[in-house]
Amino acid sequence: MIGKVIDVTVDNVVGEVMKMKNDGHRLVTFSTYQEGEDGLGILYHFDKELETTHLRMTVKRDAPIPSVSGVYFAALLVENEIRDQWDVKFDGLVLDFNRSLYLDPEVTQVPLVSNVKIEPKK
Amino acid sequence: MFGSFIKKSRAKSPWIIHFDCGSCNGCDIEVLACLTPLYDVERFGVVNVGNPKHADVLLVTGTVNHRNKKVLKNIYDQMPEPKAVIAIGACGNTGGVFREAYNVVGGVDQVIPVDVYVPGCPAKPEAIIDGVVVGLGKFAQKVEEAD
Amino acid sequence: MATTVIPFGPQHPVLPEPVHLTLKVEDEIVKEAIPALGYVHRGLEKLADIRDYHQMIQVCERVCGICSMIHAVCYSQAIEELMGVEVPKRAQVLRVIWSELHRTHSHLLWLGLFADAFGFESLFMQFWKIRERIMDINEATTGSRVIVSVNVIGGVRADLSPEQIRWILSEVDIVEKEVRALQDTIMNDYTVKARTVGVGVLSKENAYLLGAAGPTLRGSGVAQDMRMLGYGGYSEIDFEPVVETSGDCWARSTVRFRETLQSMDLVRQAIAKLPEGELAAKVKGNPPEGEVYTRVEQPRGECVYYIKGNGTKHLDRLRIRTPTFANIPPLLAMLPGCELADVPVIVLSIDPCISCTER
Ligand code: SF4
Repeated sequence: MIGKVIDVTVDNVVGEVMKMKNDGHRLVTFSTYQEGEDGLGILYHFDKELETTHLRMTVKRDAPIPSVSGVYFAALLVENEIRDQWDVKFDGLVLDFNRSLYLDPEVTQVPLVSNVKIEPKK
Repeated sequence: MFGSFIKKSRAKSPWIIHFDCGSCNGCDIEVLACLTPLYDVERFGVVNVGNPKHADVLLVTGTVNHRNKKVLKNIYDQMPEPKAVIAIGACGNTGGVFREAYNVVGGVDQVIPVDVYVPGCPAKPEAIIDGVVVGLGKFAQKVEEAD
Repeated sequence: MATTVIPFGPQHPVLPEPVHLTLKVEDEIVKEAIPALGYVHRGLEKLADIRDYHQMIQVCERVCGICSMIHAVCYSQAIEELMGVEVPKRAQVLRVIWSELHRTHSHLLWLGLFADAFGFESLFMQFWKIRERIMDINEATTGSRVIVSVNVIGGVRADLSPEQIRWILSEVDIVEKEVRALQDTIMNDYTVKARTVGVGVLSKENAYLLGAAGPTLRGSGVAQDMRMLGYGGYSEIDFEPVVETSGDCWARSTVRFRETLQSMDLVRQAIAKLPEGELAAKVKGNPPEGEVYTRVEQPRGECVYYIKGNGTKHLDRLRIRTPTFANIPPLLAMLPGCELADVPVIVLSIDPCISCTER
């Protein structure tokens, strides 16, 4: 993967993101992926003058994740999206759609978790 | 006398409303392209309107998902009788490439009755115009039957 | 002053797509805007579970019909990087040609819709009339007007013959001439300026901090364009990003207008440098375990794909971040303080593509 990857933890993620902001980085987006049975990997992608930097954090899905939307307002949309897709909680999200950004109450499954598979239709 | 005049003009100059319900924009811009100089459906008396209460024919592009099915139903219910519905593109017909995705309900006919299905991914403007013309035939028939 | 809540959308005459904004207004002035998305959400990232990595190209093209070509380029570049496939030079340059044609048609489409947003219908018709020439090129060279589907992993599946190249060049000249004829209207016309100058201003700092992308960012004076990375065939081509500094709707429309002309130039450059050679490299096996992160420039801005392979023909994770997704927070920052009547113009000025945003 292009760019430097820095590992962070739940405890220092907000501080690290703050540091990136003070360094003049632009928050591009987050990516998420399944990590083990009940874990979630989050990559925070940053860009500065076309150079990419990533922060990588691995968390458990049942514990709240500290939100960085207080640092970068733009993080609010993607955190709400992750909330929809993985059913995780963010601590201190500035505008919480409560899993209704994309999904309606009828959809009860958690879309991206790997034990939920979609079926080919006839 | 006045009634028959209205009846005749409704079928001759149908007003259409376009609703994008989760399409990828491919079919959407083709519907818009129908209104622009090269294809110009206005020469058939077809006028595009923004208010469902003014419309006779509903053009729907894209798949139905759990959130927009209520909007679609609502728009359909607001249109005065008689009315015709044209589903455009593979998505509008069956769900297309997205049919298995978790938030997709399926084609437009899962929610409202459809009169004409226009195939293609995206449907070409020629096909859409063709569909509108077929739809108009059905619409005229409904106007006839309405009283 | 009492606050009134005005719903904007999901079905609205100026919006081609369903999106909903809850506007809190006092008098005629917007105080706050809260978005509601999800009307176009399909969940197609999850389709990677049942479609193999070749079939996913068709799905990625349908993230958004307007920039379908460039989505496919981004996806194929990611997979090629993951699998270590060397794409032939000719295929790379051909991808540039179709990408730039796509950018032109997308910008012309947007310029038309933008004109329509402030009620200038004849300008809308003019831009869309010009756009049909590009659609004809697409149809003649690939067989389809909008979703061209020319990308395969490892290259492209269609070629341009010398006659076609000559014809494209002559069409491009006509398009450029016709677009230039409208320059005075879209940039200097009194009514157009009255509706766009000073409306929806986004400062340079805000644009950067809120993570804006593409013309929205460049309209605020930040020179950033992913084509500067020189991905694929862009390494062969001279390229300078188009920047405006005033940060209002006028600046964003001018950036897009000038980019349209620039794209015509890039098509000519690419055609001049088109090398001979293969169209596609052979691709064997499955994407190995690993991660890739690719970025390309779409008509609406920077598009990011993150892909995680697991050694099977199905990808472990496909994540797509599209430009409009990045441009929604800046939009929320532009709206407070504007007149209610300007809301459609401001919303359109970021070139919203909702089906991209929600996928
Ligand atoms: S039918 Fe094809 S082009 Fe039309 S909305 Fe669906 S995916 Fe897009």
